[in-house]
Amino acid sequence: MKKAHWEKNLVELIRRASTDLPADVEAALRRALNREKKSSLAAWALESMLQNAARARRDGIPICQDTGELIFFFRVPVEFDTNGLAARARAAVSRATRLGYLRQNTLDAVSGASFETNVGYGAPTFCFEQGGRKTVDVRLVLKGGGCENVGGQYSLPDAGLDAGRDLEGVRRCVLDAVWRAQGAGCAPGVIGVCIGGSRASGHVHAKEQFLRRVGERNRVRALARLETKLLADVNRLGVGAMGLGGKTTALAVKIGALSRLPACFFVTVSAMCWAFRRRGVVLGPEGGVHRWLY
Amino acid sequence: MKTLRYPFTAAAVKELAVGEMVSLSGRVFTARDRLHKHLYEGGRCPVNLKNGAIYHCGPIVLRRDRTWVVRAAGPTTSLRQEAYMPRLIAQHGIRVIVGKGGMGEGTRQACAKCGCVYVQAVGGAAALLAEAVRSVSAVHFLREFGMAEALWVLEVENLRGVVAMDAQGRSLYRRVRERSRRALRDVLRNGVKA
Repeated sequence: MKKAHWEKNLVELIRRASTDLPADVEAALRRALNREKKSSLAAWALESMLQNAARARRDGIPICQDTGELIFFFRVPVEFDTNGLAARARAAVSRATRLGYLRQNTLDAVSGASFETNVGYGAPTFCFEQGGRKTVDVRLVLKGGGCENVGGQYSLPDAGLDAGRDLEGVRRCVLDAVWRAQGAGCAPGVIGVCIGGSRASGHVHAKEQFLRRVGERNRVRALARLETKLLADVNRLGVGAMGLGGKTTALAVKIGALSRLPACFFVTVSAMCWAFRRRGVVLGPEGGVHRWLY
Repeated sequence: MKTLRYPFTAAAVKELAVGEMVSLSGRVFTARDRLHKHLYEGGRCPVNLKNGAIYHCGPIVLRRDRTWVVRAAGPTTSLRQEAYMPRLIAQHGIRVIVGKGGMGEGTRQACAKCGCVYVQAVGGAAALLAEAVRSVSAVHFLREFGMAEALWVLEVENLRGVVAMDAQGRSLYRRVRERSRRALRDVLRNGVKA
C-alpha cells in the first residue's frame, strides 16, 4: 500500500465533501426555491444556501463551519488490510483539518479538551463491509451536530403518538420527529429512517440512507410508497427553510428496514441538514482514483 | 433592510420588528456552549458585552502570517443556551443575539424586558457569512475552550439576518410552531393503511 497515494486521495475526498455540495442536493434546493414566493423569508434563506454553496465550491471553503461527524463507509476486497486503510484515513483527516477543510471539531467527552486534528476515541467513524471487487469504495458523509441533535428513536407501540406496530405507526414517528425539530436541524434536508433493527443498528442504518441520492427511488415498493407519502406530509407542515415558515421542510425521506426481534419495534429517525455533505470515490488496489462518485 | 452599527443602542434595537431584514456592522463577539456556562456561573468576562452583539458561532479560523483568517463562520443552534441566555442578557446588557433556530420563552421575555433582539442568520451558510468578517481583533479562551468554543472578537461589515424575536416580545418561531401544529393535526388524520 503506497501511503502517500491513499492519503492524498482521501484528503481530496474530504475536501470535496466539505466544500462541494452534491449536484442532486443543489438541484433539490433550487426546486424548493422556485416553489416559494419571491420576497418570502423562505426564499431568502434558500437563496442564501445556494449562494453559499457556490461560494464554498469556488473558494474551497467548508460549506458549513460545523464539519460534523466524519462517517466513512468502506467497501473493501476480501482480505484487504482494513487497519492500514483506517490509519490512512486518520492521517487524511488530520491533514484536512490542518488545511482548514475541517474545523477542530472533536472533543474529549470527559475532560472537554479539543483534539487538534479530529482524531479521537471512535472518531472519525468507520463502517467496513467486504465486497467481491478488487477496488475500494469509499463514501464519506459529514454530519453536523445541529441535525444530529434532532434525530431520535421511537419504540412502538407509542401510546402518546397513537402509533402502532405498522407503517402508519412509522409515519407518525417520523412526523413527530420533524415537527419537534422545527428549524433546528437546518431544514430543508433529508430525513433518514430505519424501521426495525436494534437500538444501535437502527441509528447506523438510518444514516446509511444518506448514501442514496435525493431522487433515487426505493427498490422496496412499500417503502417507496411510504417515502413519497411522508415527503408530501412533511412538506405540508409549513415549517420551511430554517423554520421560518415555507413550503419545503425536507428535500427527501429515505427509509430502510432491518429485521427485528419479536419484542422490539424501533423506528429510528436521523436528520441531515440542507448542507448535505456526501462524496465518494472508488480507489484501486494501490490507492489511485478509478472514479469519483455522486 | 435596517442597518445597525456597534455599539447598538436600545432605541435602535426597539425599532426592529419580527420579519425585518437587518444588516449588522462593527464588533460582534462569538459565544457558544462553554462560554455561556462559564459566564452564567460567574466566570470572568474578558470583554465588555454592553450594547454588544453576541454571535452563536464556532468559526473555522486559520493562522496565516501572524493574523487570524476566518474561513467559515455560520451560526450554531441557539436553543442550547436557553438556560443561560435570559440572565446573561440582563447582566451584561447584550442588545443583539445572532444565531439559528430561535430561542425559548425565557429569552423572548428577556428580550422584551431588557431591549434585545434575536436575529436568525442562515444556518450552514458559513462561507457566505465569513465574507462579512473583515478581521479578528482578539481571541479569548482559545486554549481552554478550543477553536469552536473560544470567544472571538470579530469586526464585521454587513452581517445579515432576519429579526426573528423582537424587543416587543414577538417571536416568528412561535407563530410557525403553532401553525405547523395545526397542520400536523390535519396530516395525521390522513393515514396509510396498516
